[in-house]
Amino acid sequence: MTLYQLSVFIENKSGRLSEIISILAEAGVDIRALSIADTTDFGILRLIVNDVDLAVNVLKANDMAVSKTEVIGIKLKDEAGSLASVLSALTKNGVDVEYSYAFITHSKANACVVVRVEDNAEAIRVLKENNFDLVEVIE
Amino acid sequence: MFFQKDIETMPRAALKELQLERLKAAVGRALATPLYQKKFAEAGITPEKIKSLDDLKHLPFTYKADFRDNYPFGMFAVPMKDIVRIHASSGTTGKPTVVGYTKGDLDVWSDVVARLAVAAGATADDVAQISFGYGLFTGALGLHYGLEKIGATVIPISSGNTEKQLMLMQDFGTTLLVATPTYAMYLSESAKEAGVLDKLKLRIGLFGSEGCTPGMRARIEENFGITATDNYGMSELMGPGVSGECIERNGLHIAEDHFLAEIIDPKTGEVLPEGETGELVVTPLTKEALPVIRYRTGDITSLNTDVCKCGRTHARMAKVTARSDDMLIIKGVNVFPSQIETVLISIDHISPHYQLEVRRVNFSDHLTVVVELADGSLLERFQELEALRAEIHHKLRTVLGIDAKIKLVSPKTIERFQGKAKRVIDLRDKT
Repeated sequence: MTLYQLSVFIENKSGRLSEIISILAEAGVDIRALSIADTTDFGILRLIVNDVDLAVNVLKANDMAVSKTEVIGIKLKDEAGSLASVLSALTKNGVDVEYSYAFITHSKANACVVVRVEDNAEAIRVLKENNFDLVEVIE
Repeated sequence: MFFQKDIETMPRAALKELQLERLKAAVGRALATPLYQKKFAEAGITPEKIKSLDDLKHLPFTYKADFRDNYPFGMFAVPMKDIVRIHASSGTTGKPTVVGYTKGDLDVWSDVVARLAVAAGATADDVAQISFGYGLFTGALGLHYGLEKIGATVIPISSGNTEKQLMLMQDFGTTLLVATPTYAMYLSESAKEAGVLDKLKLRIGLFGSEGCTPGMRARIEENFGITATDNYGMSELMGPGVSGECIERNGLHIAEDHFLAEIIDPKTGEVLPEGETGELVVTPLTKEALPVIRYRTGDITSLNTDVCKCGRTHARMAKVTARSDDMLIIKGVNVFPSQIETVLISIDHISPHYQLEVRRVNFSDHLTVVVELADGSLLERFQELEALRAEIHHKLRTVLGIDAKIKLVSPKTIERFQGKAKRVIDLRDKT
């Protein structure tokens, strides 16, 4: 029910993002979602990729600080209000979203969103109860 | 211009006689403490063996670490009822270096400071603004008492609050500024920007607690229209007043009736011939509260005993431009990389590799500590990384007393060294 997300520490210096993405490209890793949170000095790059373990290995081999966590991917209708309904269902049930970003799959014309929450099991329960469609595997 | 002309121009032969007599007494006072009883016993030396100044070389050295090991009052040679003042400076580990003074010590201290102030041209007519930070450090109160002693009007404004500094400078008619050269530079640039330079009566600058390059001094002098001299000292020896420039500005006159100076090879500990460059070792000759024998200052300099054009016979030391250890002076605060290392090792999620970058921004020193993340364990939440950075910053401030900027970098980005690590990048003379 969950997806693996990679978090990579990224120094705020010229060429750093490009370097990380090139390492993944050379290893044949396909990136499906990407988000960066940053301050003036550093940031954290969040990635959803087709082959998590391969990505972790190549990044570690290149001395990157990297971690792997479970997040939830939700399929949405590509129309106004669909993200709002997901977030309000979670909020109503006391599930706080720590961060969220958009995501693409090869299927149909659906939009997808990744959410990072404290309690994945509870979030999944709430989402299923509200008939939301979860992304189970990366195609 | 002399404060104690007889002493300051004493023929060297007579000065040496005085030094020998005082050295014997100083050793006697030192031997009242367990530290020196032990040191002398280990060196196999008894006071009777000191027959000439040349015998000084047989006496044991004192290190900054001795202060730490005897924290806080273990090196005091008099009962606490006779101690009238305590000062402290940053130590090599978490504990500060503590020093104490008797009334007699404070009297000597103000004498030696008064000498360097007068040698720089100060008189009872001067209005002296002391822009050193007051507190445990010796700088501000050292200059304060010395300037009061010559009858100058002292304004103990302390450091910071530049607008108020400039306001009082104008309103009180300040003629003499005591500051670190970097702060003096900042004040002078601020005064220039504010367009108040022509309203100032400044004529003398007494700079200390950190080195000053000739270029920087020239610029401050030009901005303010003053003559500036450097002075030197450290709390372990007394505070400022160990030496100071006269208006000839051709070396800093050591107050040799109170401080016996040697230059040694820092590696072998051997005394070097006069004129050679090495580590300055100082034995205070008259201190009562805290006798110190052969203190290793870590400062690299040389001595010149030729009589100065000003008439003073006391030896001049060259400006200190290097250290025998890796000590950094940042905003006048002594910082050892080992202190930073100790702090970093106590913190999780980072590696023991680090680099220190010192820059000068707006005439003020800035320390950046570059720290490697050990792994990706804190990447789940941005706040965790920020909290790590805050923790490092806070712990460093507790130990060093300065605010360092913390820069986190990826694992293994800091260069690894096979031999002695080069952890410090000092960009101050370049920026």
